[in-house]
Amino acid sequence: MAPLRMKVLIVIAILAAAALIVPHTNPFVILLATRALAFSILVMSLDILLGFTGLASLGQAAYLGVGAYLTAILAARYQIGLGYDFWLVAALGMLGAAVLAALFGLLAIRASGVYFLMITLALGQCVWGLAYRWNSLTGGDNGINLQHRPKFGIDLADQVTFFYVVFGFFAASLLIMYTLVRSPFGRSLAGIRERELRMKILGYNTWLHKYIAFIIAGAFGGLAGVLWVHTAGIVSPENVVLTTSVDALLMAVLGGPGTLIGGVIGASVVLFIREYLSTLVHWWQYVLGGVYVLVILYLPGGLMSIPGRIRQWRAARSEAADTPNLAPARQ
Amino acid sequence: MSAVDAVPVLELKGLSKAFGGLRAVRGVSLKIMPGDRKAIIGPNGAGKTTLFNLITGILPATSGRVLLFGNDVTRWPSHRRTALGMARTFQVTSLFPRLTVLDNVLLAITGRRASKFVMWRFLSSYRDVYDKAHELLERAAFLDRKDTEVRYLSHGEQRQLEIVLGLASDPDILLLDEPAAGLSSGESAEMARFLQKLDRKMAILLIEHDMDIVFDVADDISVLHFGEVLESGTAERIRSSAKVQEIYLGTG
Repeated sequence: MAPLRMKVLIVIAILAAAALIVPHTNPFVILLATRALAFSILVMSLDILLGFTGLASLGQAAYLGVGAYLTAILAARYQIGLGYDFWLVAALGMLGAAVLAALFGLLAIRASGVYFLMITLALGQCVWGLAYRWNSLTGGDNGINLQHRPKFGIDLADQVTFFYVVFGFFAASLLIMYTLVRSPFGRSLAGIRERELRMKILGYNTWLHKYIAFIIAGAFGGLAGVLWVHTAGIVSPENVVLTTSVDALLMAVLGGPGTLIGGVIGASVVLFIREYLSTLVHWWQYVLGGVYVLVILYLPGGLMSIPGRIRQWRAARSEAADTPNLAPARQ
Repeated sequence: MSAVDAVPVLELKGLSKAFGGLRAVRGVSLKIMPGDRKAIIGPNGAGKTTLFNLITGILPATSGRVLLFGNDVTRWPSHRRTALGMARTFQVTSLFPRLTVLDNVLLAITGRRASKFVMWRFLSSYRDVYDKAHELLERAAFLDRKDTEVRYLSHGEQRQLEIVLGLASDPDILLLDEPAAGLSSGESAEMARFLQKLDRKMAILLIEHDMDIVFDVADDISVLHFGEVLESGTAERIRSSAKVQEIYLGTG
């Protein structure tokens, strides 16, 4: 399909341009971009559930928490993960989060709609409770500080190097998740989103498909956590609390659910407003709230749907004289 | 008839379903052999769709047994029954509205294939699946609309696509739940012709209100009334049955 290939090429071009331009800006923007990329892995993992499977999870921060706490505890206590073993820790972070998702999925996947949302919310808050109260392991409210970033041949303490490493993880995650959603398995998730009963009748074990998707989303949430803790240098219960899950959900909706790449747009916009605008004006939260309300009201497909809407609007104008377009192109 | 053929594709033994005090299906027994064309008729609320839901595993049976190709599948989930070679369509159109016609058919084809779990390869790289989809769409004259999202199709087209989805998995038995529901008389006649052209080796169990379709497609008819089989037999016998006249026309 030619339009689809075009879209993919545009996305690649924009990402490549960002990768080349960002390092030449100031350190604050580089850090901001690094954070946005790390967090957008979490948002994309949530999009697998929300946009592709139709499961709105409000507990995705739990998996970020597992990755982040695992990394922080291993680094602060055992000095593991600060050299070449960083790769091992990254894998462990994904694995740990996947295991937790496998456990939580057993409880959550049986439900759907608002019940799924409530169960994931409750399970996410359990993880937050652990992070907050288990002082001896998690440092309680203070969290855990990391002294320095990993060093393996390259020194991640250097902002630009670290930016490129996170960018690499982001690009790899995007590629893997994109392949997933285009695969037969990924298409089956779209079928479940559209009509689960029909999928059962067509021979799909829909529970199993949703469960697998839930675990994969958890694993990428864990990876986001591993990277996030190194961008921030600290992990605290704040990273695991409900607000972080809500942030991820709103970023996915803002960027455009079911697009994957919308996740990085949503994360960038929100983090920019939060970190940059907050230094300029003290009423930045109203701006953020206004953006959410406007997008949800007027752009249900998120910011990613803007090009398609412009195209439709143009087509409608040029075809106004001809017959009306009854079957618009897919968004 | 060989020994293999002698196994019924579908057999119901005293199948019952109660919703609390309401006994929607009461002790229904029937047998469908390979290639049989059977219809179930009956007034609204007779339990026809409930019976289909029991056969396909959407609802658990209260008592009785469902045998598919000789396997007792009474407690099996829907997807395992489908894997044996059963397919069904729905009275209320149950397609994937925001996917294209082609995507709908692709999902229906992969449902019975092991590749449905593959996540490291694009679906578009499966030539055989795409070829099969094209063949199905061509046969149903849908090829020109393959990239249209299903929600933009007319009701009649959606009813037809329902059946294409049922056929996509090459079932040995197809359950049709009122395929002509909501169709005009012209569309109904077209539907009947489409059903008559289907592979004779595939067994069909049909629920239908439109008697023209029933008499055109089915060789054998069972009448369901208050969840019970009231009468069974050929079209002639059903047409002349006093009991059937009574429940349909109501002779006090």
